[in-house]
Amino acid sequence: MKRRGSRPVGPLEYGRRAWLRVTLWATLLFLYAPIVILIAYSFNDSRRNIVWRGFTLKYYEKAWNNSSLIEAFTNSLTIALISTVVSVVLGMMAAVMLWRFRFPGRSAYEGAVALPIIVPEICMGVAMMAFFSRVGWPTGLPWPLSLGAITIAHISFSFPFVAMVVRARLARFNPELEEAARDLGATQWQSFRDVLLPYMRPGLVAGGLLAFTLSLDDFVITFFTSGPETVTFPVKVYSMIRFSVTPEVNAASTVLIAITVVLTTIAIWLQNRSEPKATEQA
Amino acid sequence: MSGKKPIISINGVSKDFPGGVQALRNVSMEIAEGEFFALLGPSGCGKTTLLRILAGFETPTEGDVFIDGHSMLDVAPNHRPVNMVFQSYAVFPHMTVAENVAYGLKVARTERSRIPSMVDEALELVRLGGLGDRRPDQLSGGQKQRVALARALVKKPRVLLLDEPLSALDAKLREAMQLELVNLQTTVGITFVIVTHDQNEALSMADRIAVIDQGRLLQVAGPAELYEYPKSRFVADFIGKTNLFEGTTVDWSGGLLAVLVNGLGRLEIPCDEKTLHDVGLAVRPEKMLLFEEDPGEGYAAFRAKVEKVVYFGNESRVFLTTDMDLSLEVSVVNASRDAAQHESGTTRWVAWRPSDTLILRG
Repeated sequence: MKRRGSRPVGPLEYGRRAWLRVTLWATLLFLYAPIVILIAYSFNDSRRNIVWRGFTLKYYEKAWNNSSLIEAFTNSLTIALISTVVSVVLGMMAAVMLWRFRFPGRSAYEGAVALPIIVPEICMGVAMMAFFSRVGWPTGLPWPLSLGAITIAHISFSFPFVAMVVRARLARFNPELEEAARDLGATQWQSFRDVLLPYMRPGLVAGGLLAFTLSLDDFVITFFTSGPETVTFPVKVYSMIRFSVTPEVNAASTVLIAITVVLTTIAIWLQNRSEPKATEQA
Repeated sequence: MSGKKPIISINGVSKDFPGGVQALRNVSMEIAEGEFFALLGPSGCGKTTLLRILAGFETPTEGDVFIDGHSMLDVAPNHRPVNMVFQSYAVFPHMTVAENVAYGLKVARTERSRIPSMVDEALELVRLGGLGDRRPDQLSGGQKQRVALARALVKKPRVLLLDEPLSALDAKLREAMQLELVNLQTTVGITFVIVTHDQNEALSMADRIAVIDQGRLLQVAGPAELYEYPKSRFVADFIGKTNLFEGTTVDWSGGLLAVLVNGLGRLEIPCDEKTLHDVGLAVRPEKMLLFEEDPGEGYAAFRAKVEKVVYFGNESRVFLTTDMDLSLEVSVVNASRDAAQHESGTTRWVAWRPSDTLILRG
């Protein structure tokens, strides 16, 4: 091996350690190779995704003109937005209730809230389907209302995640902060709005992002609760792929990835801007 | 403090917590306007509970609290004329220093145009002028405490409550802050009620001190009275160092009480009333003197062997045992550079003026 001078490798010189570089590239390859291929082949000028035939944007155009794909895409985003907002509010309320109050059956309630996280999705899906048919959930409603069943199903598996994230953050809250606000003349509502809410914000943003992505890419539960009029993006992709993997699907998926990345970046940026050091306690 | 009217009256306050913990038992006291008042006791004695009752964060199980003549039982914390400096300072982490100080004014709907000058004034008062734009995570512990002080004082409360305000500071800073708090209190003229477990802190800062143990109020007195005339064994032992003796009264005549002290022998103390049969006595280490020979007339003197000498620079603590195996501690001031040091193993006469003996009834 070639000697690179006599200087020994320092503890922080990661670039000069071969095994660190190998680990770095191996993990990156493992995580991103499928995604890179997906994105690359969305620009492939070939009907079948096997060999590279040159660059084109025509599949983006095709996806854009595929009205049923666009409809599924719109449905997915609408469901995700509504279920995120509701999940954040509901999850926050559950977390604050669990953190603040002692009441009979509190730990049982805490377990009950967390249970949907571990119940297998397929069971949740079947349960949702059985539930909606049992209560006779109306079908054939006009557009955003027709998404009601799916949205409700999404809220039910998303809000426990928000509750868990916010609850974990609240565990480190210094209760003297809220007392200080009350002491300085704030009402209960003012101390919640001015002290507890800002403290929970990173948890709310993180929980919201989680809820949004969970809803956007959910297939199993949605599959059981969607009807022919209410197809979401993952369900639509599944039905398209049953015939063949077309670059059109790749293109639509690439757009979805881009949207998620942009939204996440905006959320993180907003959070960093509003509080430079969110870790500060008291 | 009979001349001034009380700003706080605590009437027979008891507090039971679920689980059978009695934090306070029938505590009554009055705190005068403009006083620097300390609640002193070991941790878990109930002093913080009492402070939180004054602030409105706990409700007494029994009894009532009056501030400025009004019962506080049904008054929420945000409507009480008191403000608190919390032990953790509780500076709002997502607000700047100025926003922290302004918060209490904003929620009280103070005229917006007046807020900045009031905030500046309060920051100037606690010597944080010019740091209004800092965020709490850029401040030291001492600075955070000043923010908490400014935030409370800007509300111009009738009473400022301080919960162990100095316990998180290092020794040097703590001493400086003690002096500063006293000066601040003189400047603003607001009644300060401070909770502390540190007897030196209480003695050096407070006008009056209430000693609390196991939820009971033991004694309320000024620092000197508390130190020189403690009423109970606990107060004598908790405030400063002391030599505690137990004895039995054998005679009382001509203003002299004769006590047979376990481990010492007969001791005659000036006393204008006959006390209990069993009596507790205490002598402060600095009231005791060491002699090579019996000092004779005017002293109560006992022979004892020097066991150990601990040198502190300004003073030396000499530990002795009497012939009857009683341990004594004597503090010797090193008043001169070549002051005599006592060596272990030597025999000395421990002597004090009988009038310096404390008679403890509780």
